[in-house]
Amino acid sequence: MAEVAHAEVGHGDAHDDHHEQSFWSKYVFSTDHKIIGFQYMFTGMAMALIGGYFAYVFRMQLAFPGNSIPFWGTLSPAAYNSLVTNHGTIMIFWVAMPVLIAAMGNFLIPLMIGCDDMVFPRVNRLSYQIFLLSAIVLIISFFVPGGGFGGAWTAYPPLSAKAEYNSTPFGAPLWLIAVTLEIVAFLLGGINFITTTMNARAKGMKMYDIPMIVWMIVIASILFMCSVGPLIAGAVMLLFDQTLGTAFFDAAAGGDPVLWQHLFWFFGHPEVYVVLLPAFGIVGEITCTFARKKLFSYKLILYSTIGLGILSFFVWAHHQFISGVDPRATYLFTTTTLLISIPVAIIMFAYIATLYGGSIRFTTAMLFGLAFTGEFLLGGVTGIWLGSSGVDIYLHDTYFVLAHFHYTFVPIAIIATFAAVYYWFPKMFGRKMNETLGKFHFWGTIIPFNGIFIPLFILGAGGQHRRIYNYQHFPDLAGADMQDMRVFATISLIVMLAFQLVFIANFIISLKKGEKAGKNPWKANTLEWITESPPPHGNFGETMPTVYRGPYEYSVEGREQDYWPQNEKPESEPS
Amino acid sequence: MAHQIIATSRSRTGIPTGRLAVWWVIGSEILIFGGLIASYLLNRFNHGPSWSIEAANTNTFIGACNTFWLLTSSLFVVYAHAASERRDAAKTRMWIWLTIMLGGFFMGFKAYEYTTEIHHGFTLFTSNFWSFYYTATGLHGFHVLCGMVIMAIIAEGDIKKGQNWHRVENIGLYWHFVDIVWIFLFPLMYIAK
Repeated sequence: MAEVAHAEVGHGDAHDDHHEQSFWSKYVFSTDHKIIGFQYMFTGMAMALIGGYFAYVFRMQLAFPGNSIPFWGTLSPAAYNSLVTNHGTIMIFWVAMPVLIAAMGNFLIPLMIGCDDMVFPRVNRLSYQIFLLSAIVLIISFFVPGGGFGGAWTAYPPLSAKAEYNSTPFGAPLWLIAVTLEIVAFLLGGINFITTTMNARAKGMKMYDIPMIVWMIVIASILFMCSVGPLIAGAVMLLFDQTLGTAFFDAAAGGDPVLWQHLFWFFGHPEVYVVLLPAFGIVGEITCTFARKKLFSYKLILYSTIGLGILSFFVWAHHQFISGVDPRATYLFTTTTLLISIPVAIIMFAYIATLYGGSIRFTTAMLFGLAFTGEFLLGGVTGIWLGSSGVDIYLHDTYFVLAHFHYTFVPIAIIATFAAVYYWFPKMFGRKMNETLGKFHFWGTIIPFNGIFIPLFILGAGGQHRRIYNYQHFPDLAGADMQDMRVFATISLIVMLAFQLVFIANFIISLKKGEKAGKNPWKANTLEWITESPPPHGNFGETMPTVYRGPYEYSVEGREQDYWPQNEKPESEPS
Repeated sequence: MAHQIIATSRSRTGIPTGRLAVWWVIGSEILIFGGLIASYLLNRFNHGPSWSIEAANTNTFIGACNTFWLLTSSLFVVYAHAASERRDAAKTRMWIWLTIMLGGFFMGFKAYEYTTEIHHGFTLFTSNFWSFYYTATGLHGFHVLCGMVIMAIIAEGDIKKGQNWHRVENIGLYWHFVDIVWIFLFPLMYIAK
């Protein structure tokens, strides 16, 4: 009974714990979900700098092969392999995952569902600590004898299993341990997100009152949890193969290397949707707020997402069309792959329909949100080509594939993340980011992004294979026209990276001197906007909010204001 | 510092948060063991005869004893839960410790079994069957050991002080899960020859 009585009163005794905390207990060992969200966000951003730097180095090698690269020196083939491998690994496991799921999930879920923290705050802290450890292990792996692992982020055996092939006797196991630790961190975080959303919602918040981004992060966490188990088993087996000398994946000793591919892609394909869904969620929130319109067909989006999640477990072998899988299976996986584009298309059309007839405000966050919709569409459409096994056999392992997944992953991990940062920065730090610098940064990111990857589509269709150190060794690929496109892509990358300095400057300047945001600068409906910016410890002060309606009641007829916060009491109800 | 967090006291689904989380942990564990067992099965189907010859060397009698210890321990953990529902600390602790004892029997038999096998030359590296055997039963044994440690902590840390009674049920769920994994491993590794 005491629990119930306590539950909705809030921090009547809050003044007791307002004593000064040391820097360490406040920012490093905090169990507050907002601080943990920031820890994930800043770690992810720091890792993004490393991943971006790696991309710069190997793109320079491809554009100007053999030349000394500024800020690196001459690049050896082994180091090239290590850089491309770790660029992929970092960008997926240490940038997209922590920023999109962990940072956004930690910061937003308790605020958006109207409670004061996660249901397991200490598990949450442990999750970040394991994640940080995994990042440290990965960084250490670059400096051990033999260098960082260079067998591609997919780690196919036998290349990944035997040190005599990959020549990274320490880098390969450390890489695997780092990835496994990262997975453990996200399993802990995911359980927290799911149980928090299931059990700790504000009074009155029914299933269909949950903001779409919370749904998306929860569904993504479930997808992650259901797909990663076999990979953990596979990682243990691969680690034994690497370090102890077992032969799980060694065909010569009776093992099966394709088994790893199945275990990896059974995780790897749902993983795409694990990072895509939070990005969809972010863009959904932003689209509604700045179009001043209700989200088009909330339930249809939700059901499509669930359907997409289920389908995502039956598409994995489309990565293995030329790995010797049964040709009959390729029919099956081509079909499921083409089917999965339907729910994705439904969500995209729902977002476009949300824009229709809205009074759109082109803030920086909205620009990034719209750019996500447009650019991701290109990535999705080229995916349909690759999903057909007939086309894929020709295009497999070319730069066409590479450009395709960068057209999906950059919108997800970079564009949607920037949208989220511009949108929630006022809530996170209490000040708005500078819009002029923001728009400058927007165009400086989007234009070079297309400049990098459109040439790579053309190169890939022209037969340029992936994971090649120097194309001058291949007469068919060494022509001046192809080399010009490589140079163009590399210069575009440098321009794009340079424009990120604008973002960093904007971030730091706005942190100190930005315009004060107030509680609800965008006039949005969801619960995080009813509290102070930044939210205090405990989030909502004395009384926890009660929810009366869905999150997207914008431009409701007969109301003076064009927004209707979820917690505002209806007039008909006695106060 | 240690003020009450409202989130932890809410229960919109009606299921206590701790139990809900244990179910999700079990869900993810099923996938881990599922991946391992599915890999084993795929290999077994592909290399039928040669793996059957290897599998004939596992000790079915010890495997059956271990099945008996674990199934009985599952019964005991149910008694522990029933006692915890009555808030009977002495009985709860007794049944938990009996469960731990049976877990200890399991680990002891397992240790004897591993030792004999290794002496007969069946190590992790003998063949892929043995690699799977040691990896799967080893991972399972690690889960048994973790369960025993957690139960000891609950018995001496919580039940003795008369707090956190719900933890008995949560560890019971986990313990049943560990049993069920064994129910899959026993026929696959010991009976199917």
